[in-house]
Amino acid sequence: MSKIVIEAGQTEKNYWADLWRYRELFLILAWRDLSVRYKQTIIGILWAILRPFLTMVVFTIIFSRIAKLPSDGNAPYALMVFAAMLPWSLFSSSLTESSNSLIDNANLISKVYFPRIIMPTATLITALVDFLISFSILIFIMIYYQFSPGWNILLLPFFIVMALLASLGPGLWITALNVKYRDFRYVIPFVVQFGLYISPVGFTSKVIPEQWRMIYSLNPMVGVIDGFRWCILGAESPIYLPGFLVSLIIVAFFLWLGIAHFRKMEKTFADII
Amino acid sequence: MSDIVIKAENIGKKYTIGHESQRESYTALRDVFAKNATAIWRKTKDLLRGNPVIQGDTLEEVWALKDVNFEVRQGEVVGIIGRNGAGKSTLLKIFSRITEPSSGRVTINGRVASLLEVGTGFHPELTGRENIYLNGTILGMTRSEIKSKFNEIVAFAEIEQYLDTPVKRYSSGMYVRLAFAVAAHLEPEILLIDEVLAVGDAVFQKKCLGKMNAVAKEGRTVLFVSHNMSTVMGLCESGIMLDSGRVAVIGPVKDVISQYTMDVSSENFLDLDKLLHGGTGAFARLKFMSIFNEQNKPTSTFSMGSTAIIQLGVSCIRRMENFEIGVKISSWAGVAIHYIVSTWEGMRCDLEVGDHVFEVEIPRIMLLPGKYLLGAWVMKEGNPADDHVQEITTIEIVGSDVNGCGADFERYAYSGCEVYTPSHWTIVKTTN
Repeated sequence: MSKIVIEAGQTEKNYWADLWRYRELFLILAWRDLSVRYKQTIIGILWAILRPFLTMVVFTIIFSRIAKLPSDGNAPYALMVFAAMLPWSLFSSSLTESSNSLIDNANLISKVYFPRIIMPTATLITALVDFLISFSILIFIMIYYQFSPGWNILLLPFFIVMALLASLGPGLWITALNVKYRDFRYVIPFVVQFGLYISPVGFTSKVIPEQWRMIYSLNPMVGVIDGFRWCILGAESPIYLPGFLVSLIIVAFFLWLGIAHFRKMEKTFADII
Repeated sequence: MSDIVIKAENIGKKYTIGHESQRESYTALRDVFAKNATAIWRKTKDLLRGNPVIQGDTLEEVWALKDVNFEVRQGEVVGIIGRNGAGKSTLLKIFSRITEPSSGRVTINGRVASLLEVGTGFHPELTGRENIYLNGTILGMTRSEIKSKFNEIVAFAEIEQYLDTPVKRYSSGMYVRLAFAVAAHLEPEILLIDEVLAVGDAVFQKKCLGKMNAVAKEGRTVLFVSHNMSTVMGLCESGIMLDSGRVAVIGPVKDVISQYTMDVSSENFLDLDKLLHGGTGAFARLKFMSIFNEQNKPTSTFSMGSTAIIQLGVSCIRRMENFEIGVKISSWAGVAIHYIVSTWEGMRCDLEVGDHVFEVEIPRIMLLPGKYLLGAWVMKEGNPADDHVQEITTIEIVGSDVNGCGADFERYAYSGCEVYTPSHWTIVKTTN
């Protein structure tokens, strides 16, 4: 028989074990988000392909044709943009979804118990599936340009995880704050819109002057995007290691911050949501 | 002792609420600025410290629960009763770990499932089949448990042919049936239920009640929060009555309910000035209503066949000839069941200017168990109502053996019957 002791002001001792007990809930919430995502739409799942693809076309025209920015080595510009579009849309959609997850499910929060961290993490699955679908476009673009990737592409899963963690940290933090202060609801679309232009999505991070690259890498997505390009474009896009490490540290820092804040505020969610 | 499954020790729950202080009629702009500046300053401080932001300019701490102590044994079915705001729901929320207590400690032995609402987490876009899995998992069932009970759930909800239709296309009845069906097939060791029976049509309610009874008989421990005394009476063996966050009475359910019924409180003086009035209002105005039982104790709960005494305060501003005053008892759905009228009983008089208190005695209430609405009116006989208030309060009737024949009135009340009329039955012919 399981024994629970609920005491005022005490942190849950078996929190992480509880998380494992609720794994089925995690899966079913992820499945729910996935299956309702494109309900009552005509082209359904195609939206996951169309959005990054059209953005890529526009970026290629603006940055390559009009602004005449250089590509990474000899890589086709469109391919270089798409290699960054993929992690960027993974990051932006998981950040958006996870930071709204708690207030979108306010009803569940106030009526049943489960480790609340399940809610924002489950939304990452939806973003990941969208990512995998749009990944197929990348393959088509590579075939079109007859560009074959090197062994580096095998390291891609590492950077996918990094992109997810980069969004989970701030996502957890903001979703917890969102419960109390709905102001943060308006912050996220702004951050995402802004981030698209300050991250090296439409251009290569090599256009940034050498002395600024360390500071530029404080944006964790710089590391993620450079990593993606390195995996996909191979030798055409060598990675700038010090900057990458800075990004990695920032990701880890935000993840720690997010989890710590989330755990601290978690117990009051039901009272104030 | 080992058979104690829930042990609550000194539980308290504190909420901080904000008030908007009353604005004086002349407020200087400077005051408004000062007030808002203080509020913004306070909110910013809260934000930085990670405290919740509270609206309003003055703060007050409210203890929704304080020093609550009790024990529940294995297999006990406990009814938790009390007025609105007595802390019943907060208590269940603490036991189900949705919110944490501000003080004290709870020890729970066993797997807990809570039903604070029917259909938690239902998604309108998903089909009935998908929602069974979703809702079941949210309530704490495993996938294999749901699978093995799937057919039972569908049969109980009576929705076989709509299983693959999104629930947003369901009628509200079907929706509620499905939701209850999932919940009814939970098999935890401890079940916490909050007023979920107040759903569905009368027939389905009966079915739910039957299921609940079966669950209670299986030896599961159940905590049941309800306003419906007859349901509590029918389901539970012991009861806990909460009053403003404290345990007022604890013991066998009969004692607790009768205490609740007798409970003396100021709520019994119903100030009608705050309610919506209708009528021409040229002569008189209803001021208050008070309800008492035969011992002259204020109450709003009566057992069938007992006596009710109602007092009505009327303020008359112009002399009223051939005056009539009355009380209306209507069903929960708003259908009038009884009119209790002064002129019908021969009270014919004129009403002089001034304040008056009327008292009417209803010797035997023959309503079936359930909740009923009370309204009142005054008028000149034969004229339209001069003042009337439709929904003043509710009274609750609980079943009792009015004629000594052991009738199960509760059961018939669930299927929609409201009034009892005594009758005599004999067999006049038998043919073999």
